[in-house]
Amino acid sequence: MKLAVKRPHRTVAEIVTVLIAIVVAFPLYWMVLTALKPEGEVLSTSPRPWTLAPTLDSFRRVLDVQNFGRYFLNSVVVALIVVFFALLCAFLAAIALTRFRFRGRTVLLVMLLVAQMAPVEALTIPLFFVMKSVGDVAPAFGLNHLGSLVLVHLAFGLPFAIWMLRGFVAAVPVELEEAATLDGASRFRFTWQVLFPLVAPGLVATSVLSFIHAWNDFLFAKTFIISASEQQTLPLGILTFFRPDQNDWGAIMAGSTLMTIPVLIFFVLVQRRLVSGLAGAVKG
Amino acid sequence: MTHQVMVAEPVHDVPARQGKRRGDGWAAARYLTPTLLILGGLLGYPLYQLVLISLFDYGQEQASGGAPLEFLGLGNYQKLFGDPQFWTVLTQTVGFAAVCVIGTLAVGGALAVLASRVRAVPRMILFLAALGAWATPAVAGSTVWMFLFDTDFGLVNEVLVGLGFDGMANYSWTYDKFVAFGLVAAQVIWCSFPFVMVTLYAGIIAIPKEILEAASLDGASTARTVRTVILPLLRPLLVIVTIQSIIWDFKLFTQIYVMTGGGGVAGNNLVLNVYAYQKAFAASEYGMGSAIGVVMTVLLLAVTLVYLRALRRSGEPL
Repeated sequence: MKLAVKRPHRTVAEIVTVLIAIVVAFPLYWMVLTALKPEGEVLSTSPRPWTLAPTLDSFRRVLDVQNFGRYFLNSVVVALIVVFFALLCAFLAAIALTRFRFRGRTVLLVMLLVAQMAPVEALTIPLFFVMKSVGDVAPAFGLNHLGSLVLVHLAFGLPFAIWMLRGFVAAVPVELEEAATLDGASRFRFTWQVLFPLVAPGLVATSVLSFIHAWNDFLFAKTFIISASEQQTLPLGILTFFRPDQNDWGAIMAGSTLMTIPVLIFFVLVQRRLVSGLAGAVKG
Repeated sequence: MTHQVMVAEPVHDVPARQGKRRGDGWAAARYLTPTLLILGGLLGYPLYQLVLISLFDYGQEQASGGAPLEFLGLGNYQKLFGDPQFWTVLTQTVGFAAVCVIGTLAVGGALAVLASRVRAVPRMILFLAALGAWATPAVAGSTVWMFLFDTDFGLVNEVLVGLGFDGMANYSWTYDKFVAFGLVAAQVIWCSFPFVMVTLYAGIIAIPKEILEAASLDGASTARTVRTVILPLLRPLLVIVTIQSIIWDFKLFTQIYVMTGGGGVAGNNLVLNVYAYQKAFAASEYGMGSAIGVVMTVLLLAVTLVYLRALRRSGEPL
């Protein structure tokens, strides 16, 4: 839509738009700038919105001294495993929910929606005990291990992933499946050789969102990884630079920058699909 | 829903998308097994456990097996509802969520309208900035806002002093309860308005041009067009983003926890989620923490039901 806007009005509106954009982007600019400032400029009571001596010192401090690379890697590993399994399960479930008619289908869909809305954070306490018991049987999936984080994020990401993929699977015409069946393709072959490539854009968008979901988690990392610092993920790694005597703001901003960059790249890569996918997830 | 197949019809003529095919039930079961296992084990079972634990006196000794479990029935709930702090926290949670939701919708909605009225380049710039705010992880976003509003080294205090507000030197934005809530709310609005903006913008550009031309031919002002044409058309979408925002802001944890250091000075800035966490993991009152979790789940379930009705009305095929 384009309203017939009068020209001077539009110019004012455009200037306002750009000014708002600057305000919105400013915290991000400040984060990166602070991360690049030398320590003396960071801990200055009269901060300047620029720096004449950019340095990677804060990044170095973060990566070398504090085992941050390990945290980064842990976060990546958790998120990637979650994405892989979430996608696999969600793809199959989305097919079942869009292509098959069976009793309880509507109930299941409603339950997925409810699960997507439910305050999963409230489940932290019972999940803590579940992970404790799991750890007795399979230590890799118990407390203080990354496996526990994989499990919870898989469970919490699935309803949304299914809900989102459902739209993409439903968009593939049924006639295609009929044609494939007529040509003698089995359901299995149709699923993996026809449907899978056609739904690929949806899979990309869904995996990005699943990744971000797991990547951003703070609560469960804090609750489940209690004493094993080498199993820590990024968010808690950043918080270690908050110290009672003096916060290391340069390191905190460098860590935050490192944590934000992958998500930002993903967002830019899939922004168009993200928007239509999210709108699709909302509008169906 | 499922159409009845007429007996006289040959089975292979039944359109696939309507009829129940042979073997659908089994195939569906196979395709759904992994999902159902995961969700059953990691959502369903813990939910049952949540309710169960909330009925017991479950503390550190019980968790480590050093003391027998004592069944309290609704004892935890009685104690909780009799505790003035719970009511304060509940009120705070609702008030805080309300401010966040209203702020998010107002900013997101206004910018969606603005974006629909400017040319592509400024719009792109705005969307890119919003995308950045949207993408920023909650922890990273919280730390940046904390630094901007830091007592000693924050840019905001320095700018305010520069503008002549001398009292703002070394002003702490996290000490006073309402100021701290306001700061967290601003951060929350910053990272959640983009979703609302983008969704509503998509809704606005989907409005047929003719309708808006007709309105402008009739001499309607912008404000009038927004009020009498755009808003009613966007209503279903608005209802959905509103409810999603309510759900999201009501169960906020990370921002509050990080920015107020676990619930503020003397627990001034607790919301239900952080309250439950502190009860369980700081005070080792797992039973009480679970009871708070149950209360939260019930409240959000009510909101979700409203959401489901709204979805149904907007024609979502379930």
